[in-house]
Amino acid sequence: MRKQIEGSQAIAAAVQCCRPEVISCYPITPQTHIVETLSAKVKSGELENCEFINVESEFAALSVLIGASAAGARTYTATASQGLLYMAEAVYNASGMGFPIVMTIGNRAIGAPINIWNDHSDSMSMRDAGWVQLYAESNQEAVDLHIQAFRLAESLSLPVMVCVDGFVLTHAFEPVEIPSQAQVDSFLPSFDPVQVLDPENPISMGTMVGPNAFFEVRYLHHEKHLRALERIPTIAREFEKTFGRKAAGLAEGYFHEDAETIFVALGSMNGTIKDFVDLRRARGEKVGCIKLVSYRPFPSEVVRSLADSAQRVICVEKHLAPGTCGVVASEVRHALQHSGKQVQAVIGGIGGRPISLAALDGLWAERNRLDEPHFLGLNWEVIGSVLENQKKIRRSGPVAESVVKTVAEKGGFHGI
Amino acid sequence: MFQVRFHGRGGQGAVTAAELLSVAAFNEGNFAQAFPSFGSERMGAPVASFCRISDKEIRLREPIEHPDILLVLDPTLLHHVPIFEGASENAQCLINSTHSVNDLGLGQTPVRLLHVPASAIARDVLGVDRPNTALLGGLAALCESISLSAIQDAIRSRFTGEIGEKNCAVAQKAYAYVKAEVGDA
Repeated sequence: MRKQIEGSQAIAAAVQCCRPEVISCYPITPQTHIVETLSAKVKSGELENCEFINVESEFAALSVLIGASAAGARTYTATASQGLLYMAEAVYNASGMGFPIVMTIGNRAIGAPINIWNDHSDSMSMRDAGWVQLYAESNQEAVDLHIQAFRLAESLSLPVMVCVDGFVLTHAFEPVEIPSQAQVDSFLPSFDPVQVLDPENPISMGTMVGPNAFFEVRYLHHEKHLRALERIPTIAREFEKTFGRKAAGLAEGYFHEDAETIFVALGSMNGTIKDFVDLRRARGEKVGCIKLVSYRPFPSEVVRSLADSAQRVICVEKHLAPGTCGVVASEVRHALQHSGKQVQAVIGGIGGRPISLAALDGLWAERNRLDEPHFLGLNWEVIGSVLENQKKIRRSGPVAESVVKTVAEKGGFHGI
Repeated sequence: MFQVRFHGRGGQGAVTAAELLSVAAFNEGNFAQAFPSFGSERMGAPVASFCRISDKEIRLREPIEHPDILLVLDPTLLHHVPIFEGASENAQCLINSTHSVNDLGLGQTPVRLLHVPASAIARDVLGVDRPNTALLGGLAALCESISLSAIQDAIRSRFTGEIGEKNCAVAQKAYAYVKAEVGDA
């Protein structure tokens, strides 16, 4: 049924249709309305045969799911930001042991400084933790990806993070087609685990592995990701057949066929970028974009094929990796090596600063003069002033405080 | 695309109002997107919320910088927050106030100002100062594309029973007030 609904509520409805058997979460992780809604559904009996376990931390939340998954249950949780960091050790354990847990990340920045707004620092901090990472452009895509995530996770025995931009999507009301239980049931078979704790047939999970075998176990983890590259498009096609809606698979091009310049981005900013592409196309400019849905595994071949016509590839990233920057651009550059294409990193949308059409227009105007990486909308006047002050005064104090004060003095971005 | 920006304080219902407007617009066959100014979920702190309405799918994810309608839930914000900033040409601003717009001391503004005593209506009907549904009723009086009945249906879908009906009555009263104000009673 098509509904005007909050993103978090829509995701909760989709997860409910996937018939999870154990949901475990920490309620102030920071959280969205997703698990709150699911807990109410479990309590009311609307979500049957499901145990909702409220725990004392994110570490406990995922550890409980590791145990539940080992016992053969379909499992789900959600977290974001610092909550994901607190969960980190279990994040690696879940994937290393191959438990097909599905987890929503309501993407938010990581402190310090404290900031609860949207960017991709949290999920990017776990990009090498061995989970599949899928990023949603809209709440419809978030719903559809969750349903595909359970199927993918369980088919490979590999956990999947569905990354949904915090606030921008999780708190947005928009039209979403909520699938019926019958549709989801016909798409998602019941969980048939490849490993399960069974007193009749005792096995050992979490075995210690020495130098003689650790590398091989790790390689087989990587090999699952290689299989995920094949499996994700197959599942997307089957999703389309069952639900009658397009599923993007690994990545999706928009006006890419003849594009001379192609934008590459993850998540909700693709919507704004598509509007930008339309405006530029109306002026006869050959611009297109590639939405990366799967960031882990990284779909190098698909990116190569979608970016084929482009001379310039601009990667817009909501993540600033100090000391290197442009981690998405680095991987796109790797995918396009020897192609002669210019790959540009653009860091923006950090800590909730919106990536607006006006910002993209400004970027476009400067496209032949961009530094590598380019910092979209960074207030250089404030940066200069704070650095100047640090040079003058040894005890210049906390940087966050200096910047906030300087922004207040000089003006700059202010959210309405 | 038609864009509405709500300015209020945490607890007044600005976020709920934007969501209800999006539901009303959706029920009338439009595409709609509503979202809050993110993060400032504190009682009394200035908050903004947004609603876009269009006959096409809405992909844009930026805050509304060029609103066609501004709804001000708390008039004390008029002197603290750059409410009129970016307002589109021919924008209208509906302010929750018992004072007429000439008495608000705003001087020349780039937008057409209107007022509705939303808090007074809410106190009268609901017994509490919750001006959001009154402003939605007032909004329906200003735009042809959103009907009062769609607003009332959206209110009923969120608040069942007596609270829903009372809020519908609030919207009705504010609608009539603004209709009279614009000389369209």
